Amino acid sequence: MPPAALLALLFFYPLALIARQAFLDDSGVANFAEVIHVLHSRFFLNALVNTVSISVAATAGCLVVGLVLALILAFVPFPGSGFIAQLIDTFIALPTFLVTLAFTFLYGSAGMLNTGLMEAFSLPLPPVDFLYSAWGVVLAEVTVYTPFILRPLLAAFSLVDRGQIEAASVLGARPFRIVRQVILPAAIPALIAGGSLCLLLTVNEFGIVLFIGAKGVITLPLLIYGKAIQESAYQVACIIAVVNIALSLGLFSLYRIAAGRLGS
Amino acid sequence: MSAVAFTGTSVMDVDAAKVRGAGSNVHFDKVSVAYGAHVVLHPLSLDIAPGEILAMIGPSGSGKTTALRAVAGFVRPASGRIRIGATDVTDLPPYERGLGMVVQNYALFPHMRVEDNVAFGLRAQGADKALVTERVKDALGTVGMSAYARRYPRELSGGQQQRVAIARALAVRPRVLLLDEPLSALDAQIRRNMVEEIARLHRSLPGLTILYVTHDQTEALTLADKIAIMRDGRVCSHGPTTELYRRPPNRFTAEFLGRANLLPVTIVEGVGSKGFATARHGDKMLTGAGRDEKTGAKSLLCIRPQHLSLTADSEHTNRIVGTLREVHWQGELTHLMLDVDGTPVRISATRLPMALPEPGATVPLFFTPADTSLVPEDAGV
Ligand SMILES: Nc1ncnc2c1ncn2[C@@H]1O[C@H](COP(=O)(O)OP(=O)(O)O)[C@@H](O)[C@H]1O
Ligand SMILES: [Mg+2]
Repeated sequence: MPPAALLALLFFYPLALIARQAFLDDSGVANFAEVIHVLHSRFFLNALVNTVSISVAATAGCLVVGLVLALILAFVPFPGSGFIAQLIDTFIALPTFLVTLAFTFLYGSAGMLNTGLMEAFSLPLPPVDFLYSAWGVVLAEVTVYTPFILRPLLAAFSLVDRGQIEAASVLGARPFRIVRQVILPAAIPALIAGGSLCLLLTVNEFGIVLFIGAKGVITLPLLIYGKAIQESAYQVACIIAVVNIALSLGLFSLYRIAAGRLGS
Repeated sequence: MSAVAFTGTSVMDVDAAKVRGAGSNVHFDKVSVAYGAHVVLHPLSLDIAPGEILAMIGPSGSGKTTALRAVAGFVRPASGRIRIGATDVTDLPPYERGLGMVVQNYALFPHMRVEDNVAFGLRAQGADKALVTERVKDALGTVGMSAYARRYPRELSGGQQQRVAIARALAVRPRVLLLDEPLSALDAQIRRNMVEEIARLHRSLPGLTILYVTHDQTEALTLADKIAIMRDGRVCSHGPTTELYRRPPNRFTAEFLGRANLLPVTIVEGVGSKGFATARHGDKMLTGAGRDEKTGAKSLLCIRPQHLSLTADSEHTNRIVGTLREVHWQGELTHLMLDVDGTPVRISATRLPMALPEPGATVPLFFTPADTSLVPEDAGV
């Protein structure tokens, strides 16, 4: 099967090399001492906690913002709502770090918000500095990845029979109950699919974290970069990479299962 | 179940209404609806009495659904007010109007079991558990779906889903039940059964006011106490069902409500003391039930297909002559298509002479003056 062989060569061979680097020492002998050492190290655990918590927070943010936006766009049509949906969609096409750059112009220490506030209240120092923290990363990721939730949600909402919503309304249900009991149940597969895709993308996010450059906010991809490129500690980098790959593949299978249910 | 006939008001009707909670009347007060510059409902004034079934019928696009959705609260009138009972509901959201609604495609909640679908409205209105259980049982029993309480909608046939939709609407004890083409998605056999079931349902809930929108005149004739016929966003006639059928006030009503043969005639002698006028069609003098037709006026003589006969008898004092064009045998009915001086005429008969004339033959047709009605040529058109 040449196509399968080509695929294996192109994708799985490099992954296998990484795994090999991670578990074998220079003489080609299995050496788990280094693996255990890295997995117990402070820098690794710190990065793992950062990665997971930023990813979970960003995904939660995306779910909330995406849900609210999708509900408005789908059920409270206003002039231009279709255009806005498309505009948000084009976010998917943009490089993620560009949004971060725009954020720096807006909320950075020399950004519009800070200079404006400093002028208005004659402050000596920029008052807003949330951008250079884990929260800045979360905010940028929410902005960038919300369309990934919005898109499947809008697709799911377009399939909800307007007659059901009207029936619920005549029966005495107020809008909040209709969202909870009629609309959301139809959107659960879309929420799971979009949410797991967001988790996957934010776990692996590199550009945004690097661009924000918040002190002490090191995630797994950033750590791999640092160990491999800056410290030339290849085995350490590969061990962390294996963890990162395992995490990604787990999230990816979750996404596939949910997307499969969405398609059925 | 009470033994009260579903038309007319009797003492028992009133008693049952008291027990069940009396239905409300619905009042359209010069209600108009427009989409942009497109007026789809011209100022409409109409009253549906408590416990009455009003069928609103008319061709597709005539504004029936729009009128019903204005009552439900999904369409904002451009002008006019809508009252339900003593309440002006024009500015109330749908969830505060206390109605029930059933639409063509059922609109059941697909992820809820039948019982939860039926319980939805009660829970939304904050009913306590015991009441929900009791009412759900009651409503499902009323539509004969008790055995299906644990099923999901997708596990039911179309007819069963529509029964559940009706139960869901009834469970909240609505003041008014709105039905928009409720049977149009069902096939003919099931539709006939469902019409009878809705009639039975209304006999058991005589206080329930029903607005029944349909394009099917059979459903309307079977169920309705009164009928409103819509045309191009206007009510073109409104009245008690049998009266509208027997004495259509205009051509559109005569043709839309049951098929009518309409012979163009000229009034020779106006309505006499017995309510009959003499009219001329070609060289034939005919007698027809009239209103206030003036001598010399042009009119249409409405004769229903089942009232024309190929054989004479003492009652059949009217006689015309036609040319037989086609014969359609349909089992219980046979339809004969004829041509009477250029006017197409249809006869529907259960019994015909053994030897039918061949197409092309000239045949005499007989009918009784009491079965006819003179329809003004241009009123309401
Ligand atoms: N949302 C809408 N926007 C614009 N026109 C509409 C809308 N809904 C209905 N109409 C128009 O209003 C007219 C009456 O429609 P409707 O009340 O649905 O008719 P019916 O139920 O008698 O078939 C039609 O001409 C239809 O095209
Ligand atoms: Mg309609």
